[in-house]
Amino acid sequence: MLGTENQTNYIGKAVERIEDAALLSGQGRFIDDLPTAPGTGHAAILRSPHAHADISAIDTSRAEALAGVHAVVTGKDAELWSEPFLVGVRQPMQHWCIATERVRYVGEPVAIVVAESRYIAEDALALIEVEYQTLPAVVEVMAAMAADAPILHSDVGSNLVNERQFNYGNPETAFADATHVVRASVRYPRNSCTPMECFGLVAEYLAAEQSYDVLANFQGPYALHPVMARALKVPGSRLRLRTPADSGGSFGVKQAIFPYIVAMALAARKARRPVKWVEDRLEHLVAANSATGRISNISAAVAADGVIEALELEQIEDCGAYLRAPEPASLYRMHGILTGAYNIPHLAVTNRIVLTNRTPSGLNRGFGGPQVYFALERLMQRIAIELNLDPLDVIRRNLVPAASMPYRAAAGAVLDSGDYQACVSRALKDGGLAELEARRDAARAAGRHYGIGFAAAVEPSISNMGYITTVMTPEERRRAGPKDGAVSTASIAVDPLGAVIVTADSIPQGQGHRTVAAQVAAEALGLRPEQITVNLEHDTQKDGWSIAAGNYSSRFAGAVAGTVHIAATRLAKRLAEIAAPQLNATPEDIVFSGGRLFARDNPDNSLSFGRVAGAGHWSPSSLPENMVPGMRETASWSPDQLVAPGEDDRINGSAAYGFIFDFCGVEIDADTGQVRIDKYVTMHDAGRRLNPALVDGQIRGAFAHAVGAALYEELAYGEDGSFLAGTFADYLVPTACEIPEPLILHHDSNTEATPLGAKGMAEGNCMSTPVCLANAVADALSLDEIALPMTPSHVTEHLHGAERPPSTDRSEAPAQTLPGKGRGLTGSGASLVPAPPGQVWQMLLDPDTLAAIIPGCESMERLGENAYRAVAVIRIGPIRGRFKAVIQLSDLDAPHALTLSGSATGPLGSGAGSGRVTLLADEKGTRISYEYSAEIGGKVAAVGGRMIDGAARILIAEFFKRFAAVAGGTAGETVSLWQRVARLLGLAR
Amino acid sequence: MKPAPFDYIAPESVEEALAVLAEAGEDARILAGGQTLSPMLNMRLVEPAVLIDISRLPALDYIRRKNGHIEIGAAATQNALENWPELAAQAPLLAQALPHIGHFQTRNRGTVCGSLAFADPSAELPLCLALLGGEVVLQSASRQRVVKAADFQLGMLSTAREADEIISAARFPVAEAGAGYGFAEMALRHGDFALAAIAVKAGKTGVRIAIGGVADRPMVRNFPAGIEGAALDDALNDLAWDLAAADDPHATARYRRELVRRLGRKTVEEAKSCRV
Amino acid sequence: MPRLKAGEKSRISFKLNGRKVSGDAEPRLLLADFLRHEIGATGTHVGCEHGVCGACTVRLDGVAIRSCLTLAVQANGRRVDTVEGLAEEDGTLSRLQAAFRRNHALQCGFCTPGILMSLEDFLARGGEPDEGEIREMLSGHLCRCTGYSGMVRAVLEIVEEMHEEQNA
Repeated sequence: MLGTENQTNYIGKAVERIEDAALLSGQGRFIDDLPTAPGTGHAAILRSPHAHADISAIDTSRAEALAGVHAVVTGKDAELWSEPFLVGVRQPMQHWCIATERVRYVGEPVAIVVAESRYIAEDALALIEVEYQTLPAVVEVMAAMAADAPILHSDVGSNLVNERQFNYGNPETAFADATHVVRASVRYPRNSCTPMECFGLVAEYLAAEQSYDVLANFQGPYALHPVMARALKVPGSRLRLRTPADSGGSFGVKQAIFPYIVAMALAARKARRPVKWVEDRLEHLVAANSATGRISNISAAVAADGVIEALELEQIEDCGAYLRAPEPASLYRMHGILTGAYNIPHLAVTNRIVLTNRTPSGLNRGFGGPQVYFALERLMQRIAIELNLDPLDVIRRNLVPAASMPYRAAAGAVLDSGDYQACVSRALKDGGLAELEARRDAARAAGRHYGIGFAAAVEPSISNMGYITTVMTPEERRRAGPKDGAVSTASIAVDPLGAVIVTADSIPQGQGHRTVAAQVAAEALGLRPEQITVNLEHDTQKDGWSIAAGNYSSRFAGAVAGTVHIAATRLAKRLAEIAAPQLNATPEDIVFSGGRLFARDNPDNSLSFGRVAGAGHWSPSSLPENMVPGMRETASWSPDQLVAPGEDDRINGSAAYGFIFDFCGVEIDADTGQVRIDKYVTMHDAGRRLNPALVDGQIRGAFAHAVGAALYEELAYGEDGSFLAGTFADYLVPTACEIPEPLILHHDSNTEATPLGAKGMAEGNCMSTPVCLANAVADALSLDEIALPMTPSHVTEHLHGAERPPSTDRSEAPAQTLPGKGRGLTGSGASLVPAPPGQVWQMLLDPDTLAAIIPGCESMERLGENAYRAVAVIRIGPIRGRFKAVIQLSDLDAPHALTLSGSATGPLGSGAGSGRVTLLADEKGTRISYEYSAEIGGKVAAVGGRMIDGAARILIAEFFKRFAAVAGGTAGETVSLWQRVARLLGLAR
Repeated sequence: MKPAPFDYIAPESVEEALAVLAEAGEDARILAGGQTLSPMLNMRLVEPAVLIDISRLPALDYIRRKNGHIEIGAAATQNALENWPELAAQAPLLAQALPHIGHFQTRNRGTVCGSLAFADPSAELPLCLALLGGEVVLQSASRQRVVKAADFQLGMLSTAREADEIISAARFPVAEAGAGYGFAEMALRHGDFALAAIAVKAGKTGVRIAIGGVADRPMVRNFPAGIEGAALDDALNDLAWDLAAADDPHATARYRRELVRRLGRKTVEEAKSCRV
Repeated sequence: MPRLKAGEKSRISFKLNGRKVSGDAEPRLLLADFLRHEIGATGTHVGCEHGVCGACTVRLDGVAIRSCLTLAVQANGRRVDTVEGLAEEDGTLSRLQAAFRRNHALQCGFCTPGILMSLEDFLARGGEPDEGEIREMLSGHLCRCTGYSGMVRAVLEIVEEMHEEQNA
């Protein structure tokens, strides 16, 4: 009984979702759909246009004076009412919810306006004056570790904020004795899963109770709740955090709303009213969250047959500007399973955590897995190539054997179950590898670029709350106290009329948790899923939860659905005990079916479910002796196998481990370099599939994310830290035209790791697919190295060979273009003016001349010797923006050369540049030549990436054109220089 | 991401629209389909004092044949042109290019003239106008003038339109008898702006090619009618270099030059092959 | 029509899913915001506010458009159809909605209303679109959950059904 038979009614069936009717008819209840209290203010955030700068002053007075503005919040308020967030490593770093003295990434919050409407709040943002002293920025991890790098957190004294080395087994000996050593170096880029719904919240400060009440589309992990409560300086009970019924996807990303929960709680306190904030897409792309960028250097000690004896792995992690909780978890989630699906006894690991002037990193689907497998599975292909072996053989010779399950991996993961060889064999057969190879051979024979890639991956699920402490030394862990386990909580209750309600701590983000929870409860109680009401809105003051609560690490199917099962089973047991005497049977013999309870051998004599359950409410006295009244069961479950890291630094980071084996065929267009996925096969062992349709839906979704990561998506930065992917026209999320249909195969193993035998499977393709595609592209083009995303432009670097030069008899010289360095613009030019150098020199030093040649100059004032402040309205096509500029002349070498440098900031963004101007006497006058470099940041760089360089070139060209005109006009010009200057000044004024 | 405040007027006639524009000048923006202007308003890249909405002026909502041209009024949408029954016969190049412009949903509202007005260097319609040697009708309260494509688009986002003018119509020459047309573009995703877009007309007297997405405006070049083989490759190579391509986050300059060489050749051959 | 002044609200009325609705809007108010926060029709979602993601797609006089790139004043006196109008009064899902549910064409459901409204226009235009054309139309929408396969299957089923009905 109680759903333990092999035959099930609902578990394992592709039941249609109970969520869908509302979502399909516009009745979803997303955060921005919910009613708000009268007088609720709407917030907008002023964000830093600079990657690295000290804030010298903020003037909010004009913003505060705007009609409809309730309050303006800055770092001063944060210092008054909050504390910096706790950080996962012991370093003197401060991360406040709003920047206090310094900004460290483009998009960092600097001020919050609360107003009557979002429209007015945004009007007010333009009225806030912030003075920045810009600092050099560093965006690449290797540069950030250099001795002369700009330091983000001065008190730490280095951007390398943590380094740990680990040795498992005896890797030194294995490498010393190795027949072959094969190496690979890879870089995983920054990308983000960008849910279609951005962050949203409504925060309120209850002054009488000195507590905060926040409704937010936060997804967990609830280990962040104590982080928020500490920052707000209240006991956890006084930060009531609630979540709405629906959330528009998360994929980990909405973890990172938590600093805004704190910031907006403060805003509500200052504005003395509830405050609503809905992040917009530009805010989301620039500042919400990112997967960590990672450089991995991996090497293997390999025998001649391809068997790997030992691995050595160096990982350098880009966590962005702050180590925001739960980071550095990206680096340690996979720590116990760095050897992947392979039986590799010896392992050496060096982990470095580095801060850069980029958005802080955080949860993103796959969390740490894509980075690890990109290194490991690239290495597997390299081993095959360097040892002249079949890549499949190399994989198969190293897979953990089924007979070894449960298998303890070198760094501590305990692989619970699976037959990896069988999965691979079935995938090759059912997925049609032979046919794919024939297609490849035919394509290659026709001269086309076709490749096949493979990848094997172990997919962890249900994270051990203690894995993050692997970043600490055993000694530090002893002092901090043990951290481990992964508690899930679920409740099931029957109301007086027999209706069943399930609640749990899964915080769904669209996957269909309500449907699966209903299936599980219905199974146990002999009801239909639609008879079960599942409410997964969550309230930290009223619902069961622990630090592991939330929607991450694929914990739902294994942990939460399992806990619902435990609660439902306990309830069923009680109901059986109530019913048994009335049915003249023992509780063990009671069967639940069709809404009725009866003895197994006497189905005709039955009781309705409602009547039995109702007794708990209507007649507690009739309950069996010692049975508690009421009809609610709350279960909490934590996997026993999740213990704290040992003295040997071994960590079993997850409760269950699924297996994936993928292969694919790709073809690369010889002209455009576009990668076309010809066929993609993905084999999964996810244990027991509770709802096969939803499982395949998760696999397809992860696959789509992975195709994006492999081929399209990157949160791109310029060298100066400017952010370049602020719109969905710049951050390229694949559409229906870009995502092919993968062939999904299953080979389900039995596991006792979770109550229902289910393992997570919603992240695996984010781990396996990018590298599988990369291996296929590398195979097609015979590449040693390949970078993500594999955009056509990148791919053709390997495809088109040396570039054909322009023909030599052309009239004009080829245009100079320099390699792309983000927004680093460089250029040069020259013009001839009919005046001697001395006269031109005097003009250059004359502020009136400068005012005349700055495009759109409205006013100019002298700041000091050869230094000026100007206000200019710059226009490019329809775009127009007012900028404040500081201009300086330096390195004066009269009358030969000078450096003209300047910076400008305005609501549209910022720019800085300098140019060396050289004057050379010529028989006709003076030849003025210039070389410049410029950088553009802020909003224009983020949203105008495609055109901003061209636009900036226009402006710079305009500047020098005006200069040439002011200095002498054309040869035939009869108007005197000074008349001309006067005329231009007249126009300018 | 909400627009700054502006006045809004939906004039009832072209005359009224021009009168408002004459008064407001640079502070006004013409709103037709809004598929380019509205995102810029939302991002506050543009903060006009007044929006003049011409999208529902019947006098501007037409597509007609006139004097060897297809004349398209300022309110006619890209979708309307796409579904114009004579399109494939009269303007095979436009028929090929239109599906590349954004998406079904944006073409439903985006206008042909609006695309020309914005002068995006990667956009398909300015490219077609340049290749075909079309023209733009500019109307102000006091005058009307007709500007050739080559004189209209002056550079990145800039055109010959004066602040008091609206583009009342665009004129695309109808297909030339005996000429073949080809169009190709490389975009990262379907509907994205082109990394390079190529339009070709192979006529009796010459091969004309236009490249979009590489220089700061569509660039047109004429080759001899019989050009092929190595001579074509040479000509395309020099054209590729002449366009002064620049790197951006999505593609290198070198990549764009390769597209000009490779897609250019394919498109020329395609245009030649459909010469009738 | 008089010139509407910045910051001043005017009365906007239109037929929403066949019923007259009205509310006040200043000129700059986006149709998406007007629908959601003035009328309370929150089924239409806002995903990017720059016209790329398609979540806010509604039908204006029958034509699928981005409501984030449309001003509320532009809808005055016209017909607007949104996801709230698709199901029968008694909640019975439309054929398209039911096909979406059957094919697991949605997960979080945030992008879905816009996709449904695009498809309503697209399918109403007749013809028998093939998978390539369906995908091309869908490329005007971003979905992060599903990988699009469920919705492609759902539309193919509908097209097939419509084809059979026409032949019957």
